[in-house]
Amino acid sequence: MEGLDAILRKLPFFADLTPDQQVLISGCARNHRFDAGQYLFREGDAADEFFIVRHGQVALEIVAPGRTPRVISTLGEDEVVGAAWLVPPYRWMYDARARTLTRAIGIDAACLRGKCDADPALGYDMMKLFLPMLVKQLHSTQLQLLDVYMGH
Amino acid sequence: MPAEPDATVELCAIDAFAPEIYRVAAAQQELHDTVTLELVPENGARPVFAPGQFNMLYAFGVGEAAISMSGDPTAGGGYVHTVRNVGAVSAAISGLKAGDQIGVRGPFGAGWPVAEAEGSDVVFAAGGLGLAPLRPAIYQVLKHRERYGRVAILFGTRSPGDMLYRQELESWRQRLDIEVDVTVDHADAEWHGNVGVVTGLVRRATFDPADTVAMVCGPEVMMRFTAAALGDTGLAAGSIYLSMERNMKCAIGLCGHCQFGPDFICKDGPVMAYDRIAEIFALREV
Amino acid sequence: MPIGDKVCISRQELDALIKAIGAEGYEVVGPTVRDGAIVYDGIGGVADLPEGWTDRQEAGRYRLERRDDDALFGYVVGPHSWKQFLHPARETLWRARKSETGLKIEADDAEVPRYAFFGVRPCEIAAIAIQDKVFLDGPYRDRSYDLRRRDNFIVAINCGEAGGTCFCTSMGTGPKATTGFDLALTELGDGSDHPFLIEIGSAAGDAMLAAISAQAASDAQIVAADAISAHTADNMGRQMETAGLKELLQANLTHKQWDDVAERCLTCGNCTMVCPTCFCTTVEDHSDLAGEVAERVRSWDSCFTMDFSFIHGGSVRPSTGARYRQWMTHKLANWIDQFGTSGCVGCGRCITWCPVGIDITEEAAAIRANPGRVTEDAHGRA
Repeated sequence: MEGLDAILRKLPFFADLTPDQQVLISGCARNHRFDAGQYLFREGDAADEFFIVRHGQVALEIVAPGRTPRVISTLGEDEVVGAAWLVPPYRWMYDARARTLTRAIGIDAACLRGKCDADPALGYDMMKLFLPMLVKQLHSTQLQLLDVYMGH
Repeated sequence: MPAEPDATVELCAIDAFAPEIYRVAAAQQELHDTVTLELVPENGARPVFAPGQFNMLYAFGVGEAAISMSGDPTAGGGYVHTVRNVGAVSAAISGLKAGDQIGVRGPFGAGWPVAEAEGSDVVFAAGGLGLAPLRPAIYQVLKHRERYGRVAILFGTRSPGDMLYRQELESWRQRLDIEVDVTVDHADAEWHGNVGVVTGLVRRATFDPADTVAMVCGPEVMMRFTAAALGDTGLAAGSIYLSMERNMKCAIGLCGHCQFGPDFICKDGPVMAYDRIAEIFALREV
Repeated sequence: MPIGDKVCISRQELDALIKAIGAEGYEVVGPTVRDGAIVYDGIGGVADLPEGWTDRQEAGRYRLERRDDDALFGYVVGPHSWKQFLHPARETLWRARKSETGLKIEADDAEVPRYAFFGVRPCEIAAIAIQDKVFLDGPYRDRSYDLRRRDNFIVAINCGEAGGTCFCTSMGTGPKATTGFDLALTELGDGSDHPFLIEIGSAAGDAMLAAISAQAASDAQIVAADAISAHTADNMGRQMETAGLKELLQANLTHKQWDDVAERCLTCGNCTMVCPTCFCTTVEDHSDLAGEVAERVRSWDSCFTMDFSFIHGGSVRPSTGARYRQWMTHKLANWIDQFGTSGCVGCGRCITWCPVGIDITEEAAAIRANPGRVTEDAHGRA
């Protein structure tokens, strides 16, 4: 899929992969377009595909009964949407919804997990690739929780 | 043996410890707990001040609070101060109405490097009420827009309802020559902008880390992580400026309270270059 | 007589000197015995001086003892320093008056005394010079200090013995006064008729001598005075190594020693009260019940209080270790960056008056002996 490869190569994290790994990931990748308001995934769904935003904005939301969905955070260009695909039971824990017209690369998590199980060295490289981004997101979320602006 | 007499010292009644009397010309409610006052002197003209400096505002019988200027230094009129009600003194000050009198001592402190930033890109990173002390510097830069490269204003606040100077932010955003990016920690149903911490905006801002001056103001936690995020882009610590805060009593370097390591926030600050303070900034209880 | 000249006088003339200074309109303050200590208070003559007394000082200990001679200055320094006169412990800065015509600020026009300090130790001259730098050399002068200091008459006394907690030689501030005085005394203790050697330090000092009868000091007397100072210098109670001390402390802000001292320190703030260079103050605003007059009062403060660094609802330095660290690193390190000299003059008061006997020279030595020994608990890096 030549067009997709070209797109993938433009993603910053992708450039750090070895050529073999790039082939592998692009083998699990496909292009997506989400209209504003469209869901990328919903809470409870199987986490079989995760996304990297090319442009647009995605909101992570949690729904409580009787209330409009609460946005926990928004993600934009080059950011990875979704972490639950990495760990069992591989189910999404919140909704991800496009707020604007969004183009994203979808990566088949089941496919990628299978390849990692078969090749632990690849698996470790994938962990080293995705965990730092997710740790950064976790840290940012923790800062949000601190409510630093209260009473300042 | 007596100390060398200094001919320039006036042995007169009023000295740097005593306030001048000002009058509230206007009081505008910004947020539920935040007010912007314009103060004009009863006698004489308002002194010249630099963006980033502060005054000690005195509420009769209650006390003084250190409040940064948040108005345009080149505009006529009085001092503009945005005050949040967080204690006895700020409650008294933010409760003042047009026509009330107030004591003012100042201007004090070292200000933002607005002149030094000429020729470079500029990033303003504000958190919460931190946008107020930055606003005079933003005004200066926009007044001389042609002297600067790319200009970005990054603003994080608690929620859309706590957004200071919202209309002004929207009008800055209307301009075609500056980047304005805003985020909130907690969103409501009507908010369609970014949700997350201001450090996330740093990554997306457009500036040349090799030739940028960043001015950061907000709660200390926010400044700590924003400075780190700016550093991650390759920006040198000497090009990042923070506005520090400590307990202040005299504001003129004589009471000892505002010390931060060897520096007095009232005279070596409040604006300080990050490379000067990075080591003790990382320590607890300094 | 020219500055630098030395004369000798008798005890009677010393008494006459004190009275002559008073006759010039000075409020004469000097050492006197009260409440089991030698303190600084108004004196009228030699009779008020602590004749035949000495002090025994150790960490956390101060006792007066009888000497076996009648020396007038046979002790070192007590809990008072001269800062209480130049930098009053409590002072009204100004009053604000509210009336129909509006708000008005009025200076406090209390009379400012003209002080003559009689019996100032060389370390204390150094301390006064240090406070001069703080209050007079910055971008803003302290008006109150300036008014009290500008007409100050200083009679120094060169120490005849070193105290148990003294280390002025380490700090380069004594035991002989070389500058900063109008007159400097040395008590020769030789049983002669003229046992007080006086060095003239200024034209004002010289003029004051005109009121009494003095004879030129002989070479023998000058040698004897120098010998006394040399002997005192050799018998210091403490030592402080100052080479590289600023850099050492500033590089060891997370040293385990801060935890160790925190286990002993009560944060009582005695050290800051007795230290002749500590200058921190706070302000209080009071108003009367009618809401018509408000005043702002300045008073001594201590960095050991929780309130000292209060901001945004809490203290920046809640732990004892952090507050002790602030005091000691300010005194021995940050002061040099701020004012060009150390803040410590080696008078030993903080050691003597600490109820648990914390010794600043020992704390500095402990860090020097083991630099880089980082604290084990979370107190340290953010």
